[in-house]
Amino acid sequence: MTGLKTGHYKGAAGKAAEEAGSEGKEDMSCGWMEKKIMGYVDGRLKEGEQLEMEKHLSTCAVCQLRVNEFRAVNVLLDEVPMIEPSAAFDVRVWARVAAEPAKQSWWAWFAPSPRVAFAASMLVLAMMWLGSRPPEPSLNASEVETINQNMQVLEDYDVISDFAPLSELPQPVQADEGSDTNQNQQM
Amino acid sequence: MLDVKAGDEQSFALLLHRYRSPLINFLYRMVRNREQAEDLAQEVFIRVYRAREDYVPSAKFTTWLFRIATNLALNSVRDNRYQRMEVSLDAPVTTDAEDGDEKTLDVAEKHPNIEQHLIEEARRKMIRQAIEKLPEKQRAAVLLHKYQELDYAEISKILECSESALKSLLFRAYETLRVELAPLVAQQGK
Repeated sequence: MTGLKTGHYKGAAGKAAEEAGSEGKEDMSCGWMEKKIMGYVDGRLKEGEQLEMEKHLSTCAVCQLRVNEFRAVNVLLDEVPMIEPSAAFDVRVWARVAAEPAKQSWWAWFAPSPRVAFAASMLVLAMMWLGSRPPEPSLNASEVETINQNMQVLEDYDVISDFAPLSELPQPVQADEGSDTNQNQQM
Repeated sequence: MLDVKAGDEQSFALLLHRYRSPLINFLYRMVRNREQAEDLAQEVFIRVYRAREDYVPSAKFTTWLFRIATNLALNSVRDNRYQRMEVSLDAPVTTDAEDGDEKTLDVAEKHPNIEQHLIEEARRKMIRQAIEKLPEKQRAAVLLHKYQELDYAEISKILECSESALKSLLFRAYETLRVELAPLVAQQGK
């Protein structure tokens, strides 16, 4: 039978199916029944399907038994009692809601933070201060000429101050030493 | 939910009041632990609150709510299963107070017909255990179908499967329950 895949225990419907099977009958409607039985038990089938189901059930004891057993299961499931939420449940939910950080929307990116605003204002002030300073005095033509003349001396000084052969020359005679020599000669 | 999106906290309070009980019961039947079920329900509400500004009413609110709850519950069940695998077989087994004998006896003492009460309690325990034995996706399908009374389209969206696959899931779940509860089913038929 396509309509029964009940595993190790077949129950009353299974026994009836075995009896039907032993007679060599194979009702293809039992397969269709598997897909529709829950809807039938719930009363959620369309009118046409409902009629087709009832027609099949009137001729198939196996499926009729299964429908009855599914209905019995449905009634048994009603016996499981409901539990009540604990008294502290709402309090705990509200405490967690209160602890949730405020959600920032995308445009909050454009609202400057105090630190950024402070840094930006300091930058603007610094630029204003620099802009308000008097400009450096410009040089006249004669001063430029003087600098150009001195430039040659400065360049020479740079070369001479670090000129190695000069260090090999004898040290210049000191003025005191010269006077001592003159005294010796006089003596 | 649209009022919650607009920042109305009173509407969030209404959502909390309306859905906390079905949500906690759904989660309790999924994870079989009251404390854990309440923790998960809190997490669901916080996720709803966090997502309020991005909420688009493309689906029913219940579909969205139970989708969050189902995903959390399935993850929790899987995590618990791995944790149980790590626990020593010698460790004492702890059960939820709902299933414990202590509570049963406490209530039974107040009950005028103790024998009758114990029989009823045994029936309930058998039914609860049969539900608990279902594979988690089948269990979620049965709970959403039976206790939340959601339609097939909603449940299939929550479980992220086709309606045809959902009907197959429900059929297999009811077949298993029919087998597990065979003695009670037989009594029911009489």
